[in-house]
Amino acid sequence: MNAAFIMFMALAVLAVAGAINLIAQRHPIHSALSLIVVMVALAGEYLLLGAEFIAAVQIIVYAGAIMVLFVFVIMLLNAGVEERTNLSHIARFLGLPVAAVLLAELAWAVRRGSEAAGVVPAGAVSTRDLSTLLFHEYAFPFELTSVLILVAIMGAIALAKREP
Amino acid sequence: MNAIAAAHPLLVVSLIKIVVLLFLLMTMLAYLTWFERKVIAHIQSRWGPYRVGPHGLLQPLADGLKFLFKEDIAPAGADKLVFFMAPLLTLSLAITSIALIPFGPSDITIFGQHTPLQVANISLGLLFLFAITSVGVYGVTLAGWSSNSKYPLLGGLRSSAQMISYELALTLSVVGVLLLSGSLNLREIITSQQGTAWGFLPRWNLIAGPMPQVLGFLCFFTASIAETNRAPFDLAEAEGELGAGFHTEYSSFKFAMFFIGEYASMVTVSCLATILFFGGWLSPFPATAAWGWTFYIPAVGFAVLGIYLVADGIRYQTMFGRIVLPVVGLALLGLGVLLSRPGVLVFAQGPFWFLLKMLAFLFIYVWARGTLPRYRYDQLMGIGWKLLFPLALANVVLTSLAVAMRP
Repeated sequence: MNAAFIMFMALAVLAVAGAINLIAQRHPIHSALSLIVVMVALAGEYLLLGAEFIAAVQIIVYAGAIMVLFVFVIMLLNAGVEERTNLSHIARFLGLPVAAVLLAELAWAVRRGSEAAGVVPAGAVSTRDLSTLLFHEYAFPFELTSVLILVAIMGAIALAKREP
Repeated sequence: MNAIAAAHPLLVVSLIKIVVLLFLLMTMLAYLTWFERKVIAHIQSRWGPYRVGPHGLLQPLADGLKFLFKEDIAPAGADKLVFFMAPLLTLSLAITSIALIPFGPSDITIFGQHTPLQVANISLGLLFLFAITSVGVYGVTLAGWSSNSKYPLLGGLRSSAQMISYELALTLSVVGVLLLSGSLNLREIITSQQGTAWGFLPRWNLIAGPMPQVLGFLCFFTASIAETNRAPFDLAEAEGELGAGFHTEYSSFKFAMFFIGEYASMVTVSCLATILFFGGWLSPFPATAAWGWTFYIPAVGFAVLGIYLVADGIRYQTMFGRIVLPVVGLALLGLGVLLSRPGVLVFAQGPFWFLLKMLAFLFIYVWARGTLPRYRYDQLMGIGWKLLFPLALANVVLTSLAVAMRP
């Protein structure tokens, strides 16, 4: 039980609790806030693994940009409290069994993974190494992704500009 | 105490540094409100705070006490938890970012542990500062939403849109500096600006290097004023349209938390402008023997200020002022004498120049508020997206070219 392990467990519990709260809450804003807690807890886990850059980017992009847009849109649409449906027929007969199977599969994978894989290689990955990889070895997929995002932005603008 | 410090060096030393910094920061923020009111008053040909203490110097104390003793009201339909969380978030994030700011080059010794003049020296300092800034939007947004009132909601929506828009220009305008210094660590960014050009001009990022960052600095400072929700971009709290904006429904100490948070982020941004473009703790004078006399500027500056305060204080109207002002003046004079001692003098160089530059930026902040009228909302968005964003992008391209072609 060293300090790193305690930190890891605390952040993991925080992340899982945030994720459960995200589903349990009935108001969209509370759900969005729970999701932010998950994002920040994950950033903390990255930091513990020595991936400082990924941790900072996780906060800037996910917690700081994407979730702000989520909250912004929820506020703009003035979404109210959601109603509970108490499990529809589809959820009861199809959703629950599939969820159970997925959970079992996940548990099995984690169990097998923890036996097979060792410890994550420690040590910080420098920003320089990361950017060298990104802009030399993976330059083409990287640029391709940016084009994909550009297409998505253009699609959003085209939808927004459509004549009423 | 030394034994405990040796067993947990990081914990004890960091804790002491945090407590000292927090105390200094809170005092400074309190007097920043006094400074702002005084400067704006003089711009508008008024006296400003004058009644509480000599020259209104006890006004921050009175304001703080007043905030503490006022009734804490929450609107009936408010979302209590979020309503409580929003000011806490704003204040804590604004103060956290100060932990990343390095104030001087030399190490200090606490209980036998050598440690830099900075709470957290991390390799990606700048990136984490931006991470904290980007999360800071929530305080304003959630405050507006949770109040369950129409003016705060509109104010919150406005300011979150504003902050998202200007964050882009703010972050892009810094890329030029990163290209020049090749590091995200704030200390390394400062040390990369050491030296002089042509023997007298400091090699600060603003004026030197293959590509002077004048454009980058203008974008950065404009965007940072908008990012901190200050005049002339304080659309979130346009009194004529929205009451007080997102914090209309807040009272008592929760309101004070927003207030302190705003001033803390002003301080952070001023520190950041100093570090990125104006050489941080580096003296504006060359470090040669011919310029050796500039080392005494801190000592002489404090001494002259002290003498002026004594001379001014003994002619003050009230008895209280005639006692307090000369005492403060004598204390400053003593500080000047202390600073003229060789060891202290060398140590004080870094923090002195850093704080002086930071104060200059804070003055510009107040000056802008005192002179510029507030922009309209569409103008604000136009400036952010159609002017600052392309300019910052152009700066990135030009600087990249200059760095790539550097022999």
